[in-house]
Amino acid sequence: MELQNVSLNYFSGGKYVHALDDLSLSIRQGEFVAIAGPSGCGKTTILKLVAGLLPPTKGQVLIDGRPVKGPQKNVGMAFQNPILLPWRSALENVLLPLEIVQPHRQQFRDNRRAYEEQALRLLRTVGLEGFTDRPPYELSGGMQQRVSLCRALIHQPEILVLDEPFAALDAFTREELWGVLQALWMDRRCTVILVTHDLREAAFLASRVCVMSKRPGRLVHETLIDLPRPRSLENTFEPAFVNLVHRIYGHIGEVRV
Amino acid sequence: MSEEMRRRLQNTVPPTATILLFFILWEVGCTVLRVDEFVLPRPTVALAAYFRWQSAIWPNALQTLFTTLVGFGIAIVMGVALGALIGYSALLYQALYPLLIGFNSVPKAALVPVFVIWFGIGTVPAILIAFLISFFPIAVNVATGVATVEPEMRDVLRSLGASRFDLFRKIGFPRAMPYFFASLKVAVTLSFVGSVIAELGASNRGIGNMMVIASSRFEVPLVFAGLLVVAAMGVALYAVFALLERRMVGWAYRGGD
Repeated sequence: MELQNVSLNYFSGGKYVHALDDLSLSIRQGEFVAIAGPSGCGKTTILKLVAGLLPPTKGQVLIDGRPVKGPQKNVGMAFQNPILLPWRSALENVLLPLEIVQPHRQQFRDNRRAYEEQALRLLRTVGLEGFTDRPPYELSGGMQQRVSLCRALIHQPEILVLDEPFAALDAFTREELWGVLQALWMDRRCTVILVTHDLREAAFLASRVCVMSKRPGRLVHETLIDLPRPRSLENTFEPAFVNLVHRIYGHIGEVRV
Repeated sequence: MSEEMRRRLQNTVPPTATILLFFILWEVGCTVLRVDEFVLPRPTVALAAYFRWQSAIWPNALQTLFTTLVGFGIAIVMGVALGALIGYSALLYQALYPLLIGFNSVPKAALVPVFVIWFGIGTVPAILIAFLISFFPIAVNVATGVATVEPEMRDVLRSLGASRFDLFRKIGFPRAMPYFFASLKVAVTLSFVGSVIAELGASNRGIGNMMVIASSRFEVPLVFAGLLVVAAMGVALYAVFALLERRMVGWAYRGGD
């Protein structure tokens, strides 16, 4: 996947906002990239460009060499809020993409059983066995976010786009879900773009951390994370990890001035 | 006492007590203040009139129930259709809303003579007034439900390549259901008001017509018996739709009481 010299301007509240400026970023298939930067630097905009929800003002976004023209069916998304449909059970929420995306959409009625099996298996891997028939409001925030991750993954997308997915959770739940996400990624090996404020989170999960400048956003630094996987929470207290986070922290400090 | 029973008592005892208290105050007030039966008959007198004229009241009451439900049925169909349209499209909303407000501002009672000229005296004007008076709240509520879908929720589906119709079917419509059922409870009582108003001047059947005849004969207790029957039917229909609401959109009330 490639973003080539992408710029994006938009009008908001009567003001002209220059969100991204000549940003180029290429991501290999199966790579896990984290994007960090000061708030309002256009991180979320990048995700919307990749998902085809916004067209760039200048430049282009390529996936497998083809320019992105509209919403992509091989993309899965999860946001800071789980945004589950309150009238559906956890299981039915996970099934939602299969009712929309081809070719599943066509076969959904005939193969409902098989699809439900698949969704249940996925829910089991994130530790939600026994909660699959509950409506979202009966689940804790962490559980809802797990459901949201399952929904983003159920249609086997090649690209997973995550917009601060753990920012609204308490520290313990957040770190637990790092492990869940790492396990899912090591199993699927899809391309992941993770936007986050949390540098420890970025360093724990990603193979590469990109730091963005203030608005108009552009890439100012990249750090490769070549720590062995699977990484454990214990690793995050080791000097190698701490030094890495410290270094990225320094880059963020530079762009904030 | 079980939790279930306690809750049931809590739901039934206070409303029953208030209604009984209301009638007792009415009865006692009329007796103590020596109010003439011709001005305001005591509830027991109205009740006596009800039993005396039962055979005359019921066919008329059923006629009113019939016109109410037919008018209400049309209002549901039209209200949902129009509400969905203007909730869905900002353009249609802009275009149609002023006109709708204009129509709704016309006192429905003022339309009765017009309908008599068009359709003659009988069932049709009553159905039309019942329809017109209850149509607006349904349309506005459905429109609100459809229009207030969270943008993030829309993004989740759009990123999967959902069509506009998919968005409506999977999110807009189910999300509007609580608004729809809330409006039904109000609309059904309005619908009653509508058909009785029409019957007062433009019908030779129905409870409204019966009350006009009774008052021209100075049978004031019978007039009040008619009012009580209308009120009782209104409460009964309200209860039916409140129950239906619980059944259909319990998720909006988080399953609790």
